Amino acid sequence: MNAQTGFRIQRWTSASRATVAVVLLLLVVAVLAPLGLGAGAMDRLTILFVYVILAAMWNALAGYAGLVSVGQQLFFGLGAYCTVKLADWGVNPFAAMLLSGVIVAAIALPLSLPMLRLRGGEFAIGMWVAAELAHLLVNLDPLVRGETGTSLLALNAFDPALRRNVIYWLALAAMTGSLGGLFLLLRSRMGAAIQAIRDNEEAAASVGVDVPSTKRLIFVLAAFGVGLAGALWLATALTFQPRAFFSVQWTAYMIFMVLVGGIGTFEGAIFGAVLFFLIETWFGATGVWYLVGLGGTALIFALLLPRGIWGAIERRTGLRLLPVGYRLDLKSSELLK
Amino acid sequence: MINTLVQGVLLGGYYALIAAGLSFMFSVMRIINLAHGSLAVLAAYALLVLAQNFGISPFLGLLVVLPAMAALGFLLQRFVLDRALRAGPLVPILATFGLSIVIDNLLFEAFGANTRSLANAIGTLSYSSIALPGNIYVGVLAVGTFAVAVLVLGGLQLFLSFTAYGRAIRATSEDPDTAGLVGIDARLATAIASAIALATVGLAGAALGMRATFDAYAGGSQLLFAFEAAVIGGAGSVWGTLLGGIVLALAQTLGAKVSPLGFLIAGHGVFLVVLFVRIWLAGGVTPLLRRRT
Repeated sequence: MNAQTGFRIQRWTSASRATVAVVLLLLVVAVLAPLGLGAGAMDRLTILFVYVILAAMWNALAGYAGLVSVGQQLFFGLGAYCTVKLADWGVNPFAAMLLSGVIVAAIALPLSLPMLRLRGGEFAIGMWVAAELAHLLVNLDPLVRGETGTSLLALNAFDPALRRNVIYWLALAAMTGSLGGLFLLLRSRMGAAIQAIRDNEEAAASVGVDVPSTKRLIFVLAAFGVGLAGALWLATALTFQPRAFFSVQWTAYMIFMVLVGGIGTFEGAIFGAVLFFLIETWFGATGVWYLVGLGGTALIFALLLPRGIWGAIERRTGLRLLPVGYRLDLKSSELLK
Repeated sequence: MINTLVQGVLLGGYYALIAAGLSFMFSVMRIINLAHGSLAVLAAYALLVLAQNFGISPFLGLLVVLPAMAALGFLLQRFVLDRALRAGPLVPILATFGLSIVIDNLLFEAFGANTRSLANAIGTLSYSSIALPGNIYVGVLAVGTFAVAVLVLGGLQLFLSFTAYGRAIRATSEDPDTAGLVGIDARLATAIASAIALATVGLAGAALGMRATFDAYAGGSQLLFAFEAAVIGGAGSVWGTLLGGIVLALAQTLGAKVSPLGFLIAGHGVFLVVLFVRIWLAGGVTPLLRRRT
């Protein structure tokens, strides 16, 4: 409380304190969940965690760095491919999954040099071309056997129940790690730079924000997260078919989750992922019409509600569940009287 | 070898044709339409339906499909692109990508997974060829496509340079507000540009259907080819786009000689190499597609 001027800058509100408490509680429950859940439920939850990672990463890229990529399947496919390759070389498959995320990030770093020079739609399609090229090159590897694909056989050495638990915990850890990392990043000095870029790139640059390296950091971070998600998906699906992993559909899912949830808000992407997970559970079986619906909904949200559901809630109620930014509280201000 | 090169150059005509609409729309509206390829495939299916269900030759069918595509372009600009442009720089990308998913999956729902072709509907044209000196045979269809591409690219340039509508479109693309001040209906100008762009997409769809097979999900790769041709050529001029298409097609035909996957790998590879070289030469943030002036 600033007594002289009568306004105060808040980071934590009672709503956000309560949310963080609930999140921590949920986390404890989630860690212990394998004790009480059946195999099917755990597989579904693992999938949900992967969706949350994908949405958070795409949101970081598009919502914060202003980079709309239609080629994030590049990192998803590479994450899975690296896992298969490392496991084939004898690396423990679980270690291979983590290592794949690091390798994908290492690939993303040099890739960012040309790609981040591109603007808007050029960046979007440029990334798509890179994904297509990677897809074709992976096809050349004899291990993959073209579109037939290959399996992560190394996982068969583990007891199925143990395997399921470990994959579940890995997915939970990956989700918690990527969300937590993103949260801390956004609250840091770098986070202020990132949000400044989101709001206005030219203005951010004019007050001394290093726009290129901030964007590069997000690009590489998103590649790491999506690569890890690809490795986790492979662990649940067991078979690696290049066509399935390098499909542009993954990016379509990410766009749907983030657009509907709320682009550029931390909570919105998570909300969108949960929503997408529910929609998929209920309507996924309708196949093609389900995809038509996803594309149509994304189109309508882009045109009519570009801030997504969460963005609309936030604007109307001022609700912030997670303390990412700062709030200016003028209620007690003398200036207004 | 010479034969391969000749075939490559002619295939480049198709890429230039499909790139023409993409770069035209970008130069006028600053929008890269991610549904571009899907719309071309939609036109190909429309011609297929006319041929199969009503026995209408694809050439006559174009008399129906091209105006329909132009009308679609007009509506697309009015209801999607215009609104998307005003909502911010990211929205046109997201909106047109959403549209492409809708089109692709509706086509899949309507026509299934089988690959289709218009080759059966155009009789001997699909395989007849002309003998050139040196034991080289070129397909009549390929030569025709190349000629259409040159006509479309040249026609667009002449239209922009010498007609009243062309001037209105150029003025709007420079500055819509100022264009409005001097009595130009900016919305109408961009809607007409969009209609023209989609009419060329209709032509490209016809060429795609006649020269090769297509399926419901072929739109994505056609978009990439169009984008690659436009970027390689620099899109600054008619001849740039044509050259871009030819370079892309030559790389693909030569790549196909090496391995079956080489066709696509060499195409994407040459695009990325050109990209790197241009970025390296330019420094700073590089606009790949240039506006026509």
